[in-house]
Amino acid sequence: MGAFTRTLAHRSAVVSSRPVSLVLPMAGALLLAALLFPICWMLAASLMPESRLFESRPLLPTAVTFEHYRALFDERDFLVPIRNSLLVSGLTTLVAVPVAALCAYALARLRMRGKGLVLACVLAISMFPQISIVPPLYLILRELRLLNTYPGLVLPYLTFSMPLGVWLLTGFFRQLPKDLEEAAMLDGATRMRALRDVVLPLAAPGIASTAILTFLYCWNEFLFALSFTLGPDRYTVPVAITLFRGRYQVPWGQVLAATVVATIPVALLVLACQRRIVAGLTVGATKG
Amino acid sequence: MNHGTASIERAETRLAWLLVAPALAVIVLVSLVPIAVTGWDALHVHDLRLPWLGRPFIGAGNFVEAVNDPRFRAALLHTVAFALISVPLELVLGLGLAVMLHSATRGRAFVRVSALLPWAIPTVVAALLWRFMFDAQTGILAASFRTLGVVGPAFDWFVHPLAAWLPIIAADVWKTTPFVAILLLAGLQTIDPVLGEAAQIDGAGPVRRFFTITVPLLAPALVVAAAFRMLDALRLFDLAYVVTGGGPGSATEPVSLYAFITLMQRLRFGYGSALSITVFLLTFAFALVWVRLLGRSLTGARS
Repeated sequence: MGAFTRTLAHRSAVVSSRPVSLVLPMAGALLLAALLFPICWMLAASLMPESRLFESRPLLPTAVTFEHYRALFDERDFLVPIRNSLLVSGLTTLVAVPVAALCAYALARLRMRGKGLVLACVLAISMFPQISIVPPLYLILRELRLLNTYPGLVLPYLTFSMPLGVWLLTGFFRQLPKDLEEAAMLDGATRMRALRDVVLPLAAPGIASTAILTFLYCWNEFLFALSFTLGPDRYTVPVAITLFRGRYQVPWGQVLAATVVATIPVALLVLACQRRIVAGLTVGATKG
Repeated sequence: MNHGTASIERAETRLAWLLVAPALAVIVLVSLVPIAVTGWDALHVHDLRLPWLGRPFIGAGNFVEAVNDPRFRAALLHTVAFALISVPLELVLGLGLAVMLHSATRGRAFVRVSALLPWAIPTVVAALLWRFMFDAQTGILAASFRTLGVVGPAFDWFVHPLAAWLPIIAADVWKTTPFVAILLLAGLQTIDPVLGEAAQIDGAGPVRRFFTITVPLLAPALVVAAAFRMLDALRLFDLAYVVTGGGPGSATEPVSLYAFITLMQRLRFGYGSALSITVFLLTFAFALVWVRLLGRSLTGARS
């Protein structure tokens, strides 16, 4: 009977959804094109000679040139902001994720009062508008002579990466089955030993998701880097790109080449870790 | 025995606080203390260019100045209008994209990567891209709009005070629709397909099924996605800074940008703190209203 209704439903689905089956893929294709076109156009335009950009309809790069990329690294020294961004994002991730993981494990598993309150505060703080803490952070960093230094960016970056890490990892730890660590503890392992030998290996995918998201948020951060760096030697990639306007007009060729370079690490992460990224994005939201 | 379990419990609680302490200390030091300092500074005159004035306490003086400052009032209007226009657009398009991702049978990985890319690239890059496409001289979209006759031959999107919003909103919608879609997709995947099949047997068409089954069951995910997006849109900074710089004049300037200029260019830290705390108050007020209005209805619907 069940099988019968199911085939019936299946058959009527084939019949009744015929107009829909045309509309949906077409709308989908349109939406996909809208998502991908700007990125393809960025790539194409970055390979065109500057003069072609001003022509009426330069849809495809008929004359390919790497001139903008050469200028970017030879004249603009774009390796410096790349190094700065990698260092600051990497350091922030290395500091935030382990500390957040310990906190998240306690919040997910251990008996303590006020857990809900702590978690609610963490979520609320991760929603703080960055501009609201720029003035005191600027004054404090100036006082400590940390403006225009790497620690002077890592510290402000902890304001969003630490709450983010705690929130995501608490979600991931809660998804793990309790049995294994309880079994380990019955066998005489201490809580910390169970955490190290049983829980952390199991939570590795969640920790990877958290690290990837943290790195991405740091790589993309703009306002703090704009406020707390003072010169090209410490600019991060987003700040460097934004500030290299020409004197009279925007040097679009080089700007586009720089946006492509800034996108490459992000694109590689997305290609390699799409599942982990989606897991990270959804674990936070579904717990809320 | 009883005494033993109690002490084990106490040891566990102690361990819990020990594990929580470092992260909490960092959060308190780098987030909570600074926001309190901003709030305190907002009650003072504090001008880095006029250090001989000291930092006299003036109570609500900075906020009174803000209320009477037409540029701040305009910025407030811009911020709220931007959020109210772009977030609903993102929710509708994101729902469409989510349904598509959900029903895609082939090329799922490709679709997912295409959706994740705009979300993952730096906001600054997205901003420059859309600025480039709307640029009067080099922009492919600006040229298309001219060819289609939507705008005159000499139209410059960044000179017109209202038109300049379009590239900002387009960039935001383009960049964050995929984020909304991914949140909603997670919600879609929890809906039991049997419900749809049953409704279909009862004769409900696909449109009706979508509005009577999918949308109501997706409501919790929609509420969460809307909250995330609103809180983000209300602190709009990067896009406005890069796409238009707040211009022409200050026609596209949100509160965050006005506060940034007041702080970092005019060095008026007292007034700038007051402006930047209003962004915090704005998001806080929204969060309160949202939880009050929808938090209850949601938990009510669940129980």
